[in-house]
Amino acid sequence: MEQNPYLPITMRLAKNLVETEDRNINTFTLEFLNKQDEENFKYMPGQFAELSAFGYGEAPFGIATSPTEPGILKFSVAKVGCVSNALHLMEEGTMVGVRGPMGNYYPVEEFKGKNLVIIGGGFAFTTLRALAVYMLDPAHRGDYGDITVIYGARNPGLLLYKEELAAWENNPNINLVTTIDRPAEGWTKHVGFIPSITEQVAPSSVNTYAVVCGPPAMIKFTLPVLEKLNFPPERIYTSLEMRMKCGLGICGRCNIGTEYVCKDGPVFSMAQLKDLPSEY
Amino acid sequence: MKISKEKFGQSIDALSSDYRLIAPVSEAGGVNYKAVKNFSDVKQDYLNSKLPPKSFFFPQHEKLLSYVKNGKDVTVKNELQAEKTILFGVRPCDSKGLLLLDKVFKNDQYQDPYYYERRKNTVVIGMACKTIAPTCFCSSMGLSPASSEGADIFLIDLGDSYELEIITEKGKALLGDLGLSELSAQEQALVDAVKSAQTTSQVDVSTITEKLDKMFDNPYWENLQEKCLGCNTCSFSCPTCHCFDISEEVRQNSGSRVRTWDACMAPLFTLHGSGHNPRSTQKARWRQRMMHKFNYFVHNNGDIACVGCGRCIRSCPVNMDMRQVIDGVNKAELVVE
Repeated sequence: MEQNPYLPITMRLAKNLVETEDRNINTFTLEFLNKQDEENFKYMPGQFAELSAFGYGEAPFGIATSPTEPGILKFSVAKVGCVSNALHLMEEGTMVGVRGPMGNYYPVEEFKGKNLVIIGGGFAFTTLRALAVYMLDPAHRGDYGDITVIYGARNPGLLLYKEELAAWENNPNINLVTTIDRPAEGWTKHVGFIPSITEQVAPSSVNTYAVVCGPPAMIKFTLPVLEKLNFPPERIYTSLEMRMKCGLGICGRCNIGTEYVCKDGPVFSMAQLKDLPSEY
Repeated sequence: MKISKEKFGQSIDALSSDYRLIAPVSEAGGVNYKAVKNFSDVKQDYLNSKLPPKSFFFPQHEKLLSYVKNGKDVTVKNELQAEKTILFGVRPCDSKGLLLLDKVFKNDQYQDPYYYERRKNTVVIGMACKTIAPTCFCSSMGLSPASSEGADIFLIDLGDSYELEIITEKGKALLGDLGLSELSAQEQALVDAVKSAQTTSQVDVSTITEKLDKMFDNPYWENLQEKCLGCNTCSFSCPTCHCFDISEEVRQNSGSRVRTWDACMAPLFTLHGSGHNPRSTQKARWRQRMMHKFNYFVHNNGDIACVGCGRCIRSCPVNMDMRQVIDGVNKAELVVE
């Protein structure tokens, strides 16, 4: 019989870290229990997995780690419903169910030889972090041109991965621009919404791809900016969210037209989305 | 070629130690497929079952896995079960429905082992329709009351005997050598009549897929669904509807993950954790139902996901009629942008 894609592997919750000052987002670090499980879980930045809190259920979350970080998977998850609440309250050391990796990934092959601008807002930064870490890896960095990250949150306390952002500030291999919505005490970086900051700091669209991920309002107002900067729809990528159950393209709820976000996405180019009904 | 019902029944009963027999039986409210002990318990004259036999491959409720928690540890057990089964008396619409479900439960990346193990372990014995309901429209969907598509063995009821056709190797392997006899001229005439029958009710789906390509934003959807209650009975009784939910049934330290039928006509079906709902209106949900069956499914799988069984028409509490909706699509004016 074929491998059963409904059966999760179990992974140990090694760290349950409160990520944001509003305590709404935690980052879970999960450890593979054995080499075989890790071998079978070959993934790329942009893919997601179904996490289960046994006794509560299962839900899909983007993988925040890059495959260049062996032994673990990280997920940064907002407290929204039954499963995410159970995960937030879970004691370290507890076994979590994991199915995946699922979905497609950011086209890192297509990006080769190109510059990249990664634009993220709020807690949609998880798979974008995975993408940046993947490209910054010494084995891959030479494949890409300039890497610019524009990342914004409502206030400084809501930015994810603060230590890593601080390290990127001093890393010559990446150009990091962080912004917050309104001025805050002690904040010396940009202040303003992502679309206007993008307009100010985005690199030239020549030979450059853009990857945009964030709340719908941010995406809605950032796309016209990219268009104005002459990014063609074929060179703008985003990752979509949908309610999902199976993650296998069978249970029927996450489709946009003919495409199932779980199996044909979650990564789509704007050129692809233009051909699909606007039902997302 | 024909076989007497008595002899056919004996052959089936002789397999009862290896196979469970699922066949139409009368129960309160109508005919449905149930496990029966003997072939003599099978209802021979029935129009069609209230619910399609898809539930023997994709049950309304099934355990996918169970788990036991012990402190911080957990043990997970696969609950896949697939008994060897003879599914007897499946109507042409429903056996075609199984072929369509086959395309859903196996896609370019995944195969659903629960569905496919049961499919592999089941022999489908089809039965031609001698009575045609006013709500039947399979003839419009590329089928007929005597089409054997999707059956392993196909029968036409001749009274005391069946006209029997072995369709697949699986069907051949089940029954072995039956000692069939020739049809009389009278029986041949009956067989010919059944085979040439068509449903009286017809719809035109010849251009519906191309038409729907241009109809996502059409005003046709605005009023279509006004009387729909969103009760899901159309989906639950549909031989090709396959949407499901996965949830947990929890005891103190153990539990199971279960799969249950779900449907696109319900608002919660697509509700995000954030509160956003991409299909927040019944208009969007009816459009999804039509688009999925007559457009998206065709683009993805090369077939319309409707077999014309008419169950959605018979079961709808507010008399929504798929044939009228199809007709409405055909007549809808395209909006020129």
